[in-house]
Amino acid sequence: MTFMPKLLGTAAALALSAGAALADPALIFDLGGKFDKSFNESAYNGAQRWVEETGGSYNEVELQSDAQREQALRRFAENGNDPIVMAGFSFMTPLAEVAPDYPDTTFVIIDGVVEAPNVKSIIFSEHEGSYLVGMLAGMASETGTVGFVGGMDIPLIRKFACGYAEGVLAANPDATVIANMTGTTPAAWNDPVRGSELTLAQIGQGADVVFAAAGGTGLGVLQTAADEGIYSIGVDANQNYLHPGSVLTSMLKRVDNAVYDAFMAGDEIETGLAMLGVAEDGVGAAIDEHNQDLITDEMQAALDEARAGIEAGEIEVHDYTSDESCPSVSF
Amino acid sequence: MERMPKWADVVLIPLISLLLAAILSALVILAIGESPVEALKLMVSGALGSTYGWGYTLYYATNFIFTGLCVAIAFHARMFNIGGEGQALLGGLGVAIVLLYIPWPHWTIALIAAIVAAGAFGAAWAAIPAYLQAKRGSHIVITTIMFNFIAAALLNWALVGPLKAPGQEPATSSFPEATHLPTLGDVFGVFGIEWSHAAPANVSFFIAILACFALWALIWRTRLGYEIRAFGHSEPAARYAGISPTRIIMIAMLISGALAGCMAINNVQGEAERLVLNAAEGAGFIGIAVALMGRSHPFGVFLAAVLFGFLYQGGAELALWMNIQRELIVVIQALVILFTGALDNMIRMPLEKLFVAAGRQPPAPDRKSTSAEGAQ
Repeated sequence: MTFMPKLLGTAAALALSAGAALADPALIFDLGGKFDKSFNESAYNGAQRWVEETGGSYNEVELQSDAQREQALRRFAENGNDPIVMAGFSFMTPLAEVAPDYPDTTFVIIDGVVEAPNVKSIIFSEHEGSYLVGMLAGMASETGTVGFVGGMDIPLIRKFACGYAEGVLAANPDATVIANMTGTTPAAWNDPVRGSELTLAQIGQGADVVFAAAGGTGLGVLQTAADEGIYSIGVDANQNYLHPGSVLTSMLKRVDNAVYDAFMAGDEIETGLAMLGVAEDGVGAAIDEHNQDLITDEMQAALDEARAGIEAGEIEVHDYTSDESCPSVSF
Repeated sequence: MERMPKWADVVLIPLISLLLAAILSALVILAIGESPVEALKLMVSGALGSTYGWGYTLYYATNFIFTGLCVAIAFHARMFNIGGEGQALLGGLGVAIVLLYIPWPHWTIALIAAIVAAGAFGAAWAAIPAYLQAKRGSHIVITTIMFNFIAAALLNWALVGPLKAPGQEPATSSFPEATHLPTLGDVFGVFGIEWSHAAPANVSFFIAILACFALWALIWRTRLGYEIRAFGHSEPAARYAGISPTRIIMIAMLISGALAGCMAINNVQGEAERLVLNAAEGAGFIGIAVALMGRSHPFGVFLAAVLFGFLYQGGAELALWMNIQRELIVVIQALVILFTGALDNMIRMPLEKLFVAAGRQPPAPDRKSTSAEGAQ
């Protein structure tokens, strides 16, 4: 793999030997690994975009174990990396512990909230983006039954499911939404076989569009949907290209933008909480050359209308995490 | 029977194994276009070049000492306990329950309670396979492996269900402040020695060393230890001498499980200060390699554990500062395990032949001279 410039290794070695502070940013991926075609890869793409545009270099690490979270944070902070961006809510506990020890370093956590003066927490309004793809699913479905396959059963994923169900019902009030979770542990993020089984089960119940919000597990969902000739919806990164003609759209979560912006801002990041929704272009539905034949003019119009409605505050999508309940779907 | 001198057995074979693993690892690193020399430098400086690096190396080493001793004591009774992983997980559960639900006034008392709980839970988890082996002849390798999976499932259930703290993660809430163990930085600070406070190595490292001494005394200085070794060398002979196989299997496995469980005072109470999923992170399996490499002797286990601690911390440093994927770091660590653990005989047999041949060639007056040479 020669994705990363050799520069990087040498720069790091230099920094180590000289003990000098380099103001290079750093990026820490979660256990899913950086080429998961989803959440982590999206973060990676954002960093790569920054490298291409600025010619800068950054440090990155893929973790092998939970114990390394704190280690990676401290090592990068001591190395003088700034800002340090981490992808995943699992960093909340270690970051809360580490951040006060390095007051001059700015940390950016995606998908989690840590309250500290030198931490920026980025939260995405996944329910809004899921609403948009839900509408498309409701319109594309011929059977009136659509499915949802979640990864690990946590409030964050229920937030996806709830927004999705609201979108489906907005497009077709008589539709049925089936929601299944892959598991209750982090292993559920990387179990494409189980994702495939759940998809087959949902197809058996009549689903002809399945939305996968399940990290690596989703690849199994998309594959099975393509094999069985139904529509699927990707998540986080634009996954339309994986199975053109079968992937109806992807619920974009612009983790890449979040990483890119953080890298761009350097040490002038505004700390505190940032919510990225439809209005901020943080989430959305992906339309590109791989799926434009699947999206009718009518669907496009409905999509634009819904997007405008959410931006203007006319459509309010229920956020599962606000009250831990969902009126539109049961789990 | 002609044998090679003891020093070759204890020092030379592990060294050659390590060297072979290092050469292969260097080839792997070369193949992905990085410099093996650079990688080795990075590993050494990252794991041993600072008190911070040592702090991580010794933290991992503490885990491996406990699991290595766990496998070693079972080896002495000629049993292969592959269940260290599950027993360590259960130990974590015991530690978490004791520390979460009882308010401890001071870490010293909390540590003693945690050791008791971790040992009891680990031993209980080893007791079932041990009983099945002793009474029913169910092979201990099979049952302990299966118990690892049951332990993982049990921990899943506990951390998603009754013990789960509010939030997204399947983990318990943090243990109270009073139960947090002092790190080596705190300990050495008392004596005025500068030591990094950020690294997770803590007082359980000293508990691990104590455990090494205790196990040595048990195996070579007590009647029970003698019985365990006698049973391990020959079950019929031990039976003939009036040693009860059931008793020895049960006791050896209980000690073994308790040692694996005690690892939890390091990783659960000392480092994470809460119980997370998969807290043992494979240390139970590394313990097998550590015990094999350490020839089941507590001192050997200690040295091997520090070596593996170095490999773990050095591997983490490689991942941080070099363009080497984490999968390849696992490959490198696995090579060392493969050579020192599994391929032991590959080096031992030719070496043994060599020594025997060398011993025969000169008209040696008696065998003592060879061993005397060896002693030098």
